[in-house]
Amino acid sequence: MPKFEYAPAPESRAIVSLRESYGLFINGQFTPSADGRAFKTISPATEEVLAEVAEAGPADVDRAVTAARTAYERTWSVLPPKERGKYLFRIARIIQERARELAVLESLDNGKPIRESRDVDIPLVAAHFFYHAGWADKLEHAGYGPAPRPLGVAAQVIPWNFPLLMLAWKIAPALACGNTVVLKPAETTPLTALTFAEICRQADLPPGAVNILTGAGETGRALVTHPGVDKVAFTGSTEVGKEIARSCAAVPGKKVTLELGGKAANIVFEDAPVDQAVEGIVNGIFFNQGHVCCAGSRLLVQESVYDQVVASLQRRLATLRLGDPLDKNTDVGAINSAAQLARIRELSEVGEAEGAQRWSPPCELPVKGFWFPPTVFTGVSQAHRIAREEIFGPVLSVLTFRTPAEAVEKANNTPYGLSAGVWTDKGSRILWMASRLRAGVVWANTFNKFDPSSPFGGYKESGYGREGGRHGLEAYLDV
Amino acid sequence: MSAPADTRTITGSSLREFLHGLPSVDQVGAEARAAMLSSRSIKTTAKQWALDAAISMIDLTTLEGQDTPGKVRAICAKAKRPDPADPTAPQVAAVCVYPDLAHLAAAEVKGTGIHVASVATAFPSGRTSLEVKLADATYAIESGADEVDMVIDRGAFLAGDYQLVYDEIAAVREVVAGPAGTAGQVGRAHLKVILETGELVTLDNVRRASWLAMLAGADFIKTSTGKVAPAATLPVTLVMLEAVRDFLAAHGRQVGVKPAGGIRTAKDAIRYLVLVNETAGEDWLDPRWFRFGASSLLNDLLMQRTKLATGRYSGSDYFTLD
Repeated sequence: MPKFEYAPAPESRAIVSLRESYGLFINGQFTPSADGRAFKTISPATEEVLAEVAEAGPADVDRAVTAARTAYERTWSVLPPKERGKYLFRIARIIQERARELAVLESLDNGKPIRESRDVDIPLVAAHFFYHAGWADKLEHAGYGPAPRPLGVAAQVIPWNFPLLMLAWKIAPALACGNTVVLKPAETTPLTALTFAEICRQADLPPGAVNILTGAGETGRALVTHPGVDKVAFTGSTEVGKEIARSCAAVPGKKVTLELGGKAANIVFEDAPVDQAVEGIVNGIFFNQGHVCCAGSRLLVQESVYDQVVASLQRRLATLRLGDPLDKNTDVGAINSAAQLARIRELSEVGEAEGAQRWSPPCELPVKGFWFPPTVFTGVSQAHRIAREEIFGPVLSVLTFRTPAEAVEKANNTPYGLSAGVWTDKGSRILWMASRLRAGVVWANTFNKFDPSSPFGGYKESGYGREGGRHGLEAYLDV
Repeated sequence: MSAPADTRTITGSSLREFLHGLPSVDQVGAEARAAMLSSRSIKTTAKQWALDAAISMIDLTTLEGQDTPGKVRAICAKAKRPDPADPTAPQVAAVCVYPDLAHLAAAEVKGTGIHVASVATAFPSGRTSLEVKLADATYAIESGADEVDMVIDRGAFLAGDYQLVYDEIAAVREVVAGPAGTAGQVGRAHLKVILETGELVTLDNVRRASWLAMLAGADFIKTSTGKVAPAATLPVTLVMLEAVRDFLAAHGRQVGVKPAGGIRTAKDAIRYLVLVNETAGEDWLDPRWFRFGASSLLNDLLMQRTKLATGRYSGSDYFTLD
């Protein structure tokens, strides 16, 4: 029995009023799907059914794209830019006002700890809308010509790991630049997107500027291949991203941005601030249960400090608190779905079979729901599948290196290139490393830090195009 | 770092190499960690435990030029029975006074288990000769203090003269507690070493000063005199807790930590306890290893304690002002 046992401190669910069923959001109205199909969304922490959600078919996609086209031509693209900005500011303020509700709903539907949805996800969502609201009437200063034009209707498909934040990354720049959107949230996490639809109504956003279609892979396929779509933005797996790229390549003029998988190296040098590096390693791979495309899933430690770093890391992991996502003291929540849990288990078993040493802190997993303990593999080599494939779970592979050149070589030796981390006290080495790492983001003495003004995106199989910052506007402008 | 270096003779250059070879501290990261731990939500039974633990860890302090025998007697009475309306409130760990008043405090708390801490070595600036500092510490001990809170020579530390700082601590330690290695023995007074982190400024300096004090034989490392702003802060205390944790692993000797100055509310105190729990670990959650140097903190803890028990806040007039 610990001396200082933190009593349960659950955030109240009362602030969220869940409806039994949700329709599609088309042309400013909630409407059932044309063929009446629906699916259930559950809480991954308890497997409790939260609500039933309409499943959009081809006819619904058609309706939504038509609504978006009409809104684009008649209202949104012809609205004076400063008026577009006002709507975005209004949406940002409503998000702040409803922040607690959105955080609770996100944790319920996704399984992530309330500390993260409250302190990271939702504040960043509001920040993205504020940031892009500011761009709406200043696009001529963005470096894309004196009067950059929007593209038209954007089809956007987002993943389940940061449901509302990924929505913000997609919708805020699209609207700011004058496009209208049809967005499909992931089938396991549709609820905050549907609440966002309510927020659009609350903000009096012109009908059709934002349309939300819920559904799974089929819905997404119908949306991105719809002939009425001018632009496709996708965040998700590399496999699906390639399929989208293939289908869009056949259509001249269709613009595509893809933000896909990653297998980021978090590189710890012998002169690193060890205690903070350990925090960065933890934040790099156990933040959001490792369901982060830019997660620092490969730890590269300089051999001379390997023992010290691994011992500190293991001691630190023993203090992680896994459990109820709504408890304010929870550090590690639930795995988002049974399918994802199965994939994490499978790759972890492969890791063991290939000869890496598996370690987890003593950690009791809840009986119901989808759970996986924080896991560290040591003795991993570049050839192991757990060093090459994206696990998308709380599983860290530890490798070693001897020299900075070897660190760069190993870090870049991956099909991905989304992010990297460098931990050292030497400023010159940070710059030396950053100029050689083939990754969209290089964090120095920190990890998993995001800001709307900072562009994000990948090299190689991590995708193309940038989101956020001035660079991110390019994806939604005719340049 | 395997042999018990605090019993070895350390020379100036090796001391410097050792201290500068300690892992650096990234300030942004340390502050972020402290802020994250501040967001822990401590409720109901956990809060109950934490409030009582915090009370039992207080060094109830009065360190003013205007201190009188009456004032010292008053804080001793408060130390013994913090809440006259509720005998279940625990007593504090110690009272902390200037050396010339230590004899009074010792007489007041005799037989209660409450320690008498006295500041010494030309507190708070430490700007005098070693002879005077040693005489000051001896005077405190002879007046009945069983804990001495000394200050380090921050000037020497900032000038890079680590050997001087080390030698002074070791010399005071000899007066207070006998030669290094005899810590914790019955009848020996405890040495708390005040780093005055507000004057050391950087967290790298805090880490080095912590190790320096521990190597020289400190039983406790303490943040501040309370006379310099900023006094105790969460990031500084975090770095000191990491230092005592690592020192125990390297040398097998446990050293206590005392944040002092500026901790005024129960909420603050609970944040420090969370920091202790998740950094050094629960072995430190004990008045023998963790103290708060504070005065007004006690009444806020008592007020929150009453609120938790009765569900109501009572006004500050219901808690004694000593």
